[in-house]
Amino acid sequence: MPASFTLEELASWNERIFAVAREVGLEPYPQEFEVCDHEQMLAYMVYSGMPSHYPHWSYGKSFEKLKTLYDYGVTGLPYEMVINSNPSIAYLMRDNSLLLQVLTIAHVYGHSDFFKNNFTFKSTRAEYTVETFKAHANRVRMYIEDPSIGLEKVERILDAAHALSLQCRRNLAIRKQTQEEELERRLEESKPSADPFRAIHRRKEYVAPDLNRVPLYPEEDLLLFIRDHNQHFSDWEKDLLTIVHEEAQYFIPQMETKIMNEGWASFWHKRILDTLELPQGMQIEFMVRHNQVLSPARGAINPYHLGIKVWEDIEHRWDHPTPDDEREFGPRTKTGREKIFEVREVERDASFLRRYLTEELIRELNLFEYQSRGGDQVVSRVADDDNWRAIKETLIRNVGTGTVPVIKVENADYNNNRVLFLQHHHDGRDLHLEYAEKTLQYLHHLWGRDVVMGTEINGKKSLLSFSEGKLSIKPLH
Amino acid sequence: MDTIFRSYDPASAQRSDRSAGDRLRHREKVHEAIRHNIADIIAEESIIGKDRDRVIKVPIRGVKEYRFVYGENVPGVGQGGPGTQPGQVIGKGEADGDAQQAGDRPGIDYYETDVSLEELIDMMFEDLELPNLERKHLRQIEVEQLFRRKGYRKKGIRIRLDKRRTAISRVKRKKAVQRADAFALRPQRFPFHNDDLIYRHTVTEIRRESNAVVVCIMDTSGSMDTMKRYLARSFFFLLYRFVCTKYQNVEIVFVAHHTEATEVSEDEFFHKGESGGTFISSGYRKALEIIDRRYHPSLWNVYVFHCSDGDNFESDNPAALQAAKELAEVANLFGYGEIKPLGSGYYGSSMIQFFSQLEAENFQTVQIQRKEDIWPSFKGFLSRERAREDAA
Repeated sequence: MPASFTLEELASWNERIFAVAREVGLEPYPQEFEVCDHEQMLAYMVYSGMPSHYPHWSYGKSFEKLKTLYDYGVTGLPYEMVINSNPSIAYLMRDNSLLLQVLTIAHVYGHSDFFKNNFTFKSTRAEYTVETFKAHANRVRMYIEDPSIGLEKVERILDAAHALSLQCRRNLAIRKQTQEEELERRLEESKPSADPFRAIHRRKEYVAPDLNRVPLYPEEDLLLFIRDHNQHFSDWEKDLLTIVHEEAQYFIPQMETKIMNEGWASFWHKRILDTLELPQGMQIEFMVRHNQVLSPARGAINPYHLGIKVWEDIEHRWDHPTPDDEREFGPRTKTGREKIFEVREVERDASFLRRYLTEELIRELNLFEYQSRGGDQVVSRVADDDNWRAIKETLIRNVGTGTVPVIKVENADYNNNRVLFLQHHHDGRDLHLEYAEKTLQYLHHLWGRDVVMGTEINGKKSLLSFSEGKLSIKPLH
Repeated sequence: MDTIFRSYDPASAQRSDRSAGDRLRHREKVHEAIRHNIADIIAEESIIGKDRDRVIKVPIRGVKEYRFVYGENVPGVGQGGPGTQPGQVIGKGEADGDAQQAGDRPGIDYYETDVSLEELIDMMFEDLELPNLERKHLRQIEVEQLFRRKGYRKKGIRIRLDKRRTAISRVKRKKAVQRADAFALRPQRFPFHNDDLIYRHTVTEIRRESNAVVVCIMDTSGSMDTMKRYLARSFFFLLYRFVCTKYQNVEIVFVAHHTEATEVSEDEFFHKGESGGTFISSGYRKALEIIDRRYHPSLWNVYVFHCSDGDNFESDNPAALQAAKELAEVANLFGYGEIKPLGSGYYGSSMIQFFSQLEAENFQTVQIQRKEDIWPSFKGFLSRERAREDAA
């Protein structure tokens, strides 16, 4: 099918779109667009849009799955794919109509602006993204081709590392402390605090801190911890763990801001296209497409829809505050426009929803909470006076890295036997035990010794231990 | 403004099937997973006795990607219409992943892949590390099969003339003549000579045809109920398929017995039930008779397998033992499978103990209690054949 547009047309539309984007205040990275066909688009989706990526069978699996869904018409393909890099790279599907390309270009500038300005992305080093992924790919290929290593061994490490890659620090804006800083902090903490009533209190005794403990503080970066503390690892094994860890860290900000980011891009593509004064045919198609993308997902959350609603609501409330708003937030000092630009810089999904998803919006969107009951998913709460807060809390827990259990290494020498002891920070949600077992098995493979994890199962504190090839569960009393 | 547009390049699109390697590796993993789960798949009733070209949906459990994730006691949030009420069912179990945000739930990462029965069986037997059933020389029938090329000759029949080589050899001769006679530059005809002609040579190859017969003997007396027959049938099915992978020409004979034995059709074999008691010897005698008449061991590899629930008339035992001995002599492999489903309530007599008196190295007894036993029993059965080969 011949493309329904020429590159010149795209370039001229782009010029107009870019001008509007700048005018409204967006600050995107320099942009590269690549026109691709649908097979290429599938592949880009599978490899997170990266022009080059290391090989692993799981990407083959996602490709097959996506392609099957696509071939059977279960899902369409996204109109756009854009990666957080400087310059930013985005893909346009050649089979799409001119209007879709125009919409996509506007949408892409929204994302790119978000990548460039939101605080969570500050740690991602966008100018090196493409080179970093390429270097990773080259190294992994090199290990696979090395006759002394080979595919099987590389795959075993990658499989295990992938299973643990999200067990890492989530707020990357906080700098990770070095070993020395942690040591210092430990020593500082052990000093008795200054007591203004020293005269009447007995003096607290100094307790020497245990500085031999590894780790000094519970450690969330599992892959890095194993890399640094498994002495049997060779360099290539350490390198693989580093690669997987670095790539996970690159994607964490995207997980953390999915709703904000998609909402932001949708908010701006709508504004930009509204100012472009499209010819009538395109205008009608735009309305159809826009509504398709932003239609609420039945029984689930469509991040595009939820996101744009919250953004529009913020802008509206700052431009036209009600007396209630004034009472709650004080008199307005910013316009709606100023406010949303500030929010896009300083929030992530969890805080964004906590601060700006109002009761009215929860009701308007008919959000509800559901639970699994006997194999069915059943609505457990609807947005009424008693329940809207609970729904909001549940939603906040289910966005971004909130869906990844917090697990920290507490002790690398448990029972003085180099057993790895981890603690799952239970927050009311139990682990999926089948998944926990297999993941502990991977952890066991990487650590090379037994692994024990504290968690809670059905309200009982329990210890999962993986040794001798199997999981055992012991309730703690 | 720094925007760059890169146009679509069909050539690079064709070249850049970047996921090909990963897809291939994934497919290998899927096959591995099937092989790993084969005992479970065999235990599923559906594959037994079905059409060979049938496509089977095999659930894959081996290629899940595991992480620490939350279990089922985790509520989620969705968006509904104005009429959404508490208690309303909005979906089945874990949502299928695409309705959810990617990666927030394990979902059902269990999907099915299509495998034909044929493929599945090949995989099963690959897994078995098959005994390489080398047939005895006598048991092969030699058949002139094909003509294979073997070099070139100067003589031959017209149809095998290799025109290209013939032309080349003429050119060579021409060059040689010209060099020898450098001054004779007159243009002249340079016809083909008999020596130029080159023929392809072929030899006749002899292929060793191998024949095998599988004799299935089953007790169809009243005590063999549907479950027992199902288990027996599964075992026969595997045995037959297995023998098929090893021999060119496989025949199958069904002998049903209670107090008397008859040769029956496949359908009757599996579906007809008789009432009354059991003389195992009758089945063995019948099998011996058929083998002697139609499948003489000098020309056929004989596999005999007998399924029964072990209930035999006491008085028949010596005769059965004698017949079993004779069968073991003519067969490559002779097996007795005793089928006692768990919970079948009674533990009657067992022929397995009785047959322990039979000291033939190609005789094997197996006991099957559940569907899950079929594959291990089958492996055990064949291991006897393998041990015998290793010894040889």
